[in-house]
Amino acid sequence: MPGNAARARRTVGFFTDPTLCIGCKACEVACKEWNQLPDDGFTWLGTSYDQTGQLGGSTWRHVKFVEADTARGAQLAGPMVGGDGAEDPFGWIFLSDVCKHCEEAGCLEACPTGSIVRTEVGSVFVQDDVCNGCGYCVVSCPFGVIDRRPKPQPGAGGAFKCTFCYDRQADGLTPACAKVCPTGSILFGPLDELHVQAEGRLATLRERGYDDAQIYDPRDTSVQGIHAFFLLLGEPERYGLPPSPKAPTAHLPVAWAAAAWTSMLLLAGTIAAFQLW
Amino acid sequence: MVSDPPRAPSRGPRASRSESRLDELREEAARRGAVEGGGVRAVGSPLPQDVATVGYYGHPVVKPPVWTWEVPLYFFVGGLAGMAAVIGLAAYAARQSPLLMLDALRLAALGAVISPLLLILDLGRPSRFLNMLRVFKHRSPMSVGVWTLVLFDGAALAGWALLEWFDRVTFWLGPDASRFALKLALLFAAVLGAVLATYTGVLLGATAIPAWASHRALLPFHFGLAGLGSAAAVLELMGHRLPALWLIGTAVAGTETCIGFWVELRRGGIADRVLHRGLAAWTLRVAGFLAGPAALVLRLEGPTTAAAICFLLGALISRYGWVAAGRASARDAEAALAG
Repeated sequence: MPGNAARARRTVGFFTDPTLCIGCKACEVACKEWNQLPDDGFTWLGTSYDQTGQLGGSTWRHVKFVEADTARGAQLAGPMVGGDGAEDPFGWIFLSDVCKHCEEAGCLEACPTGSIVRTEVGSVFVQDDVCNGCGYCVVSCPFGVIDRRPKPQPGAGGAFKCTFCYDRQADGLTPACAKVCPTGSILFGPLDELHVQAEGRLATLRERGYDDAQIYDPRDTSVQGIHAFFLLLGEPERYGLPPSPKAPTAHLPVAWAAAAWTSMLLLAGTIAAFQLW
Repeated sequence: MVSDPPRAPSRGPRASRSESRLDELREEAARRGAVEGGGVRAVGSPLPQDVATVGYYGHPVVKPPVWTWEVPLYFFVGGLAGMAAVIGLAAYAARQSPLLMLDALRLAALGAVISPLLLILDLGRPSRFLNMLRVFKHRSPMSVGVWTLVLFDGAALAGWALLEWFDRVTFWLGPDASRFALKLALLFAAVLGAVLATYTGVLLGATAIPAWASHRALLPFHFGLAGLGSAAAVLELMGHRLPALWLIGTAVAGTETCIGFWVELRRGGIADRVLHRGLAAWTLRVAGFLAGPAALVLRLEGPTTAAAICFLLGALISRYGWVAAGRASARDAEAALAG
């Protein structure tokens, strides 16, 4: 990471490339350690090597273990060749999920206290000392990222999510998850440069026969793009990512119009009822 | 000497050493793909589970609301109080029932006291309620709603106090000023009250929860209507039997009947399927029946008191039903992915 993006007020992002991920979960561990987050428990969930489950108030990186079986459906990781030279129908792929830091962020718009703000690096940040725990951001995130931390966890009652390691960035440091990633699956840098890198990687993968490779960055939706974007093999649904996420603010005009018409109708109707009878 | 029959091995300190316990463990393993046991943790390899066809192992894509019992009750109380202020203004404009006007404003003022308490109770950090008043964000329905509630509280309490002690106010301010103050308070309370009763529909509609968002146009109307019907019903239970209240009650119950049929017949695809099956769907059906056809028939054929109680129950249960539907909808990965 060249220079200090926070001081330069430059928009930065994450580019997460699952084709390079080895599923080591170092990003999860680094995130937990740096940000002093409570653990998620250590039981197997029965969903491949996933012990984390989902992003939440204390889980800001989540390595997803997507398994594919030709007998069941689409092959995600390409044909695997076993030791005896025979083709193994089993394939899997790992994706380190994280807060998307949306361009039109549902949580930020919904927050009634002004606790959630846009930082100078373009990330979405929750100011814990302002949040009063109303919980409206929780239902306003189209990716189900932010959540209220339950008791007895530290900071219980408040809403938490990935801070984009704002504290580290202020000192010109790379976010913890990107710093520890051993394979370059999580890249951190200026957003425009990351997009160039991602296009290059996409071209390389296509050349190698991964025809279903695509960039996940829903710019044509009301979310208007994400600052933590992904490269995917296959459809986004398999990774639990909505193909066309909607920022809840897109629903405001219709909902408020309905409220306004209803208010006028009921006011007029009630007054009329008393006038007539 | 007769030898003892072979004894079963001692059960030891742990009562869980039994065949039924083993069966239980086996069932848990089959059901969950993992076992939670005292000091025992499956290590070394994951226990595979049948691959869900939807999304990432069928995991929810969006988060369910964290709200507890206070919020649906607040929707009910706030809607009732807001619409009581509307009835208060209408009664004032018609100049026909000062007692009804006073009781309507009493209701509005009572709701104005209870509503913020419910809202504060639900906060993760109740002591920071005032943080909501450090900014106004027109794009946040929660922010608009809180400001509406605070302003409504002021207007409703002022209107109620002016009415309750109108003679004393007239003595101090003079007849013109006190009448103007009353008019102003009633007008503000009614307009803000109508917004208070309907914004809760916007609050649910403008979210990432599929079942709520797909009904973003219905919810403000549905909630506003329920608020008006509830206010009229409580006033009737307080002994006000006016034709206007009966008309409002009949019209609202009739419209709620139509809404019930519309929700039932409209198949909004995957997004609102939680409204058609499951516990939330049945909660909403019961609520819709009570506030719709049941209240309507009782109003036309039976005692008004029964109709009023029936409607109030329906309106209250309906708010819980909608929040429950939101929870169920958040669990529905397919609905969120279809978006």
